[in-house]
Amino acid sequence: MNEHSNWYEFSKGIIKENPNLVTLLGMCPTLAVTTLASNGIGMGLATMFVLVCSNFVISLLKNAIPKSVRLPCYIVIIAGFVTLIDFLMKGYLPKLHSALGVFLSLITVNCIILGRAEAFASKNPVFKSVLDGLGMGIGFTLTLFFMGSIREILGTGSWFGFKIPWLCDHPMTIFIMPAGGFFVLGILIAVVSKLKDKTPPKEIGCASCPNASACTDEQKAECAEKEAEAL
Amino acid sequence: MSYIIIIVSCVFVNNIVLSQFMGICPFLGVSKQIKSSVGMGAAVVFVMVCASACTYPVYKLLERFEITYLRTIAFILVIALFVQLVEMILKKKVPPLYRALGVYLPLITTNCAVLGVTINNIDNDYNFLKSLTNAFATGVAFTLALVLFSGVRARIADSDLPKTFSGAPATLIAAAIVSLSFMGFSGII
Repeated sequence: MNEHSNWYEFSKGIIKENPNLVTLLGMCPTLAVTTLASNGIGMGLATMFVLVCSNFVISLLKNAIPKSVRLPCYIVIIAGFVTLIDFLMKGYLPKLHSALGVFLSLITVNCIILGRAEAFASKNPVFKSVLDGLGMGIGFTLTLFFMGSIREILGTGSWFGFKIPWLCDHPMTIFIMPAGGFFVLGILIAVVSKLKDKTPPKEIGCASCPNASACTDEQKAECAEKEAEAL
Repeated sequence: MSYIIIIVSCVFVNNIVLSQFMGICPFLGVSKQIKSSVGMGAAVVFVMVCASACTYPVYKLLERFEITYLRTIAFILVIALFVQLVEMILKKKVPPLYRALGVYLPLITTNCAVLGVTINNIDNDYNFLKSLTNAFATGVAFTLALVLFSGVRARIADSDLPKTFSGAPATLIAAAIVSLSFMGFSGII
């Protein structure tokens, strides 16, 4: 696993393997909190904090955690850091805390964090895991910031409180409604895959399974078979 | 009366998937066929109701010791444990039900809708019965969204889309339209 340079591990999360737009993980907060650009940044930074810390700790403990109970262990570690950031935000940024609401607690079950823990931190050295967490976190924050900016500008006609001359008289309120969230994310994914000159990701493979990112193709085929059998 | 309001508001007005954005991953992942969406929906209803029943006494316990800040950790552990337990019991005792719901159960641990419901119950100060009603209605709302959307997706699969939009973007834009239709319910309560 040591074939890539540190710079690669850091930069891949920003565009090449952007957690939202390319691997389609962590969709719930992406859609829910991006009604304002500032909320998007807040959520992105909170997630980045949890991601870096949990990657660090899990990478340190990778030899101590038994394989069969690793997922509950990861979840407890992640939930611990989520509680920490919840307290910090309540103390220092109460306004943002109430804007993010329940989604701050729900960072615990954000599939990006569990996915990175499973696919990367549990197999790689500490320093690289931290870099990976940072890169992925920045990619996530940037996506949320873009989503938030587009929705705030079109939906309210202002940006970080600056009123945009013509737009603020006739804001398209639909963009800050739930439907607008789905729409903007769909367009963003299409634009990113056009820029990369690739077909967009087909679907979310194994339906929100936290293990999916770590599965080999063989295991995925097995999973699909099981599902087909169940039907 | 308040129970009816909880049910109507959860299923239609504040639909958990289409207007609160919880459980988007399974919503997009499992909604390819009506059959699998019904299976996933049934599993989610079951786990949500039972998880709410489990977390209610746990929260009371935390409240007693004044450590309610541990609720996220406690709840996610209870849910993970519970899902494992149900999987084991079903496998052993009710194989037909396990075959129907089995594949979906492990996915539910990290479904944020389940954790979201248990936290919502606490934030809204629901009593035990109201928590169960809320959990059940939310599960039904999730199933409704999944089943409706799987019908829409069957049509998308047949249509001829530009390459850039095929796959995930088309799915999300269709979800936007379904969500738009649910906006029509806003204001009825």
